[in-house]
Amino acid sequence: MDAFIHQVLSGLATGGIYASLALALVMIYQVTRLVNFAQGEMAMFSTYIAWSLINAGMGYWPAFLLTVLFALALGVVIERVVIRPVENAPVLAIVVIFIALLVILNSATGWIYSYTIKTFPSPFPKEPLFGNTYISSHELGAIGVTLVVLALLYVFFRFTPLGLAMRAVAQNPESSRLVGIRVGWMLALGWGLAAAVGAVAGMMIAPIVYLDPNMMGGILLYAFAAALLGGIDSPGGAVIGGFAVGVLENVLGAYVIGNDLKLSVALGLIIGVLLVRPSGFFGKVHVTRV
Amino acid sequence: MTRRASIAVTVLVAIACVLPFVVSNYRTFQLTLVLVYAIALLGLNILTGYNGQISLGHGAFYAIGAYTAAVLMDQLGAPYWATIPAAGAVCLVAGFLFGLPALRLEGLYLALATFALGVSMPQLLKYHHLEKWTGGVQGIVIAKPEPPFGLPINPDQWLYLFTLAVAVVMFVLGWNLLRGRVGRALIAIRDQHIAAEAMGINSALYKSLAFGVSAMYTGIAGALGAIAVQYVAPDSFTIFLSLVFLVGIVVGGLASISGALYGALFIQFVPNVADEISKAAPWAIFGLFLIGFVYLMPAGVAGAVRTLLVRFTRKGAK
Repeated sequence: MDAFIHQVLSGLATGGIYASLALALVMIYQVTRLVNFAQGEMAMFSTYIAWSLINAGMGYWPAFLLTVLFALALGVVIERVVIRPVENAPVLAIVVIFIALLVILNSATGWIYSYTIKTFPSPFPKEPLFGNTYISSHELGAIGVTLVVLALLYVFFRFTPLGLAMRAVAQNPESSRLVGIRVGWMLALGWGLAAAVGAVAGMMIAPIVYLDPNMMGGILLYAFAAALLGGIDSPGGAVIGGFAVGVLENVLGAYVIGNDLKLSVALGLIIGVLLVRPSGFFGKVHVTRV
Repeated sequence: MTRRASIAVTVLVAIACVLPFVVSNYRTFQLTLVLVYAIALLGLNILTGYNGQISLGHGAFYAIGAYTAAVLMDQLGAPYWATIPAAGAVCLVAGFLFGLPALRLEGLYLALATFALGVSMPQLLKYHHLEKWTGGVQGIVIAKPEPPFGLPINPDQWLYLFTLAVAVVMFVLGWNLLRGRVGRALIAIRDQHIAAEAMGINSALYKSLAFGVSAMYTGIAGALGAIAVQYVAPDSFTIFLSLVFLVGIVVGGLASISGALYGALFIQFVPNVADEISKAAPWAIFGLFLIGFVYLMPAGVAGAVRTLLVRFTRKGAK
């Protein structure tokens, strides 16, 4: 039983990270109807920036904050420079652009930092909190950070004028433009915020999986599964989906299919959800008029 | 095909036959891989270029083909040439089966599902219950086929000629498939699937068939590739292999048969040159080319060649 509780709790910890990344995917999906294949690599790149800052002697939390700001800027720049010109292009062209971003960020990181695996520090104490044996303090801290990020986003979208404007753009770009909202910049800001959330996820997962340019491949897959499970257009659903996928992955990995097939859980979930319930558990059902 | 085009193709095949006797063995091996990639790219192009179904996981079918060949040769002692149709058949079925659920997925979602397939493929190949056949992480080593009938050529040259023969057959089949009724149906579904259905095209059948045929091409390429490099292992079939194929069809030219050849040359030789700069350079260059082609040359090299030819021949006619 102890082992089971441990599996569930550490599943919740990684699930929180999937939830953040899934949330980043959903944020971009909501404003642009696109699934960003480069989301994981953007997070990975930002995490490397944090690593450089910390290695240059900066404290963890200042480096954390600077990295989040950097990721925000990176997201805005990518939207403005790379995505903007293909906004109305066919899906294939856009997917190709995302893949191009993925491989460019991946190889740029490999080029700058080399492909050797690096350790990434955790801001939380080494010994478990409150003397419990179930969950390490990093895992507990990661869950805490995820929840704080979610709360901040909720407050931002619910109670600030900028958040309201962004929601308006997601819902109805034409009308938003008519009432004077700068739709283009809201899209760019959406990308920036998504990148920032992704960067937090990257910094939280890096102490667990170690830092390496390919670290996000599997994690992105789980985030896709989480976003689809919760409903690709529902932020709350994505968060619940993230936690669910984290626990499922751990429990199935430990008891049912073994650790060497964990990624197939994500594959199965993605295909299963898309087939059985394409709108996920909390998403809107889309009806297309022919 | 016009008379001029058929002359050009004949000359091209003739040159291809002579090539292994004038270049080094290593170059011959590289050219073999170009032919292998060309078959795979033609397969992906049937699906993504002609039928508009985006696949980011075709490396998985390449892997299935490669493993089918390797396991047949390693476990059953099958001759290398017999593994090619076997790999094709296995992948035809695998592709058709994956194509059935894919019918419900469009555009981005299909890209997502195939991406997931590509990412999880190496793990599936390492699965420990299959280790007896697949060799787990270690993979399988395959013997190099010897030239038959005591032909006075070396194994590299023979393998090249064998691959060339398969490639020619696959390209002729592909050309026949795409220029007629089936090809028009595939394009119609891509451009306007509702209109296509209204005209009596069975969209579900054609789409899953396209998936199967496309996987078959890629699987045959995988089998040939495995025989050429004499080795299969799970980690040679990562998601990046699938992305290489995507680079190949975008650079070569979507919905173009000759594009498969240009794309294959590109993905074989550009990394070779770029590797000398840095280990990361090939992918940086691939990425930049992808963006560059989408913005500036959406029809790829094949499209550019077509435009140039038209301009050239018009001038000649004056």
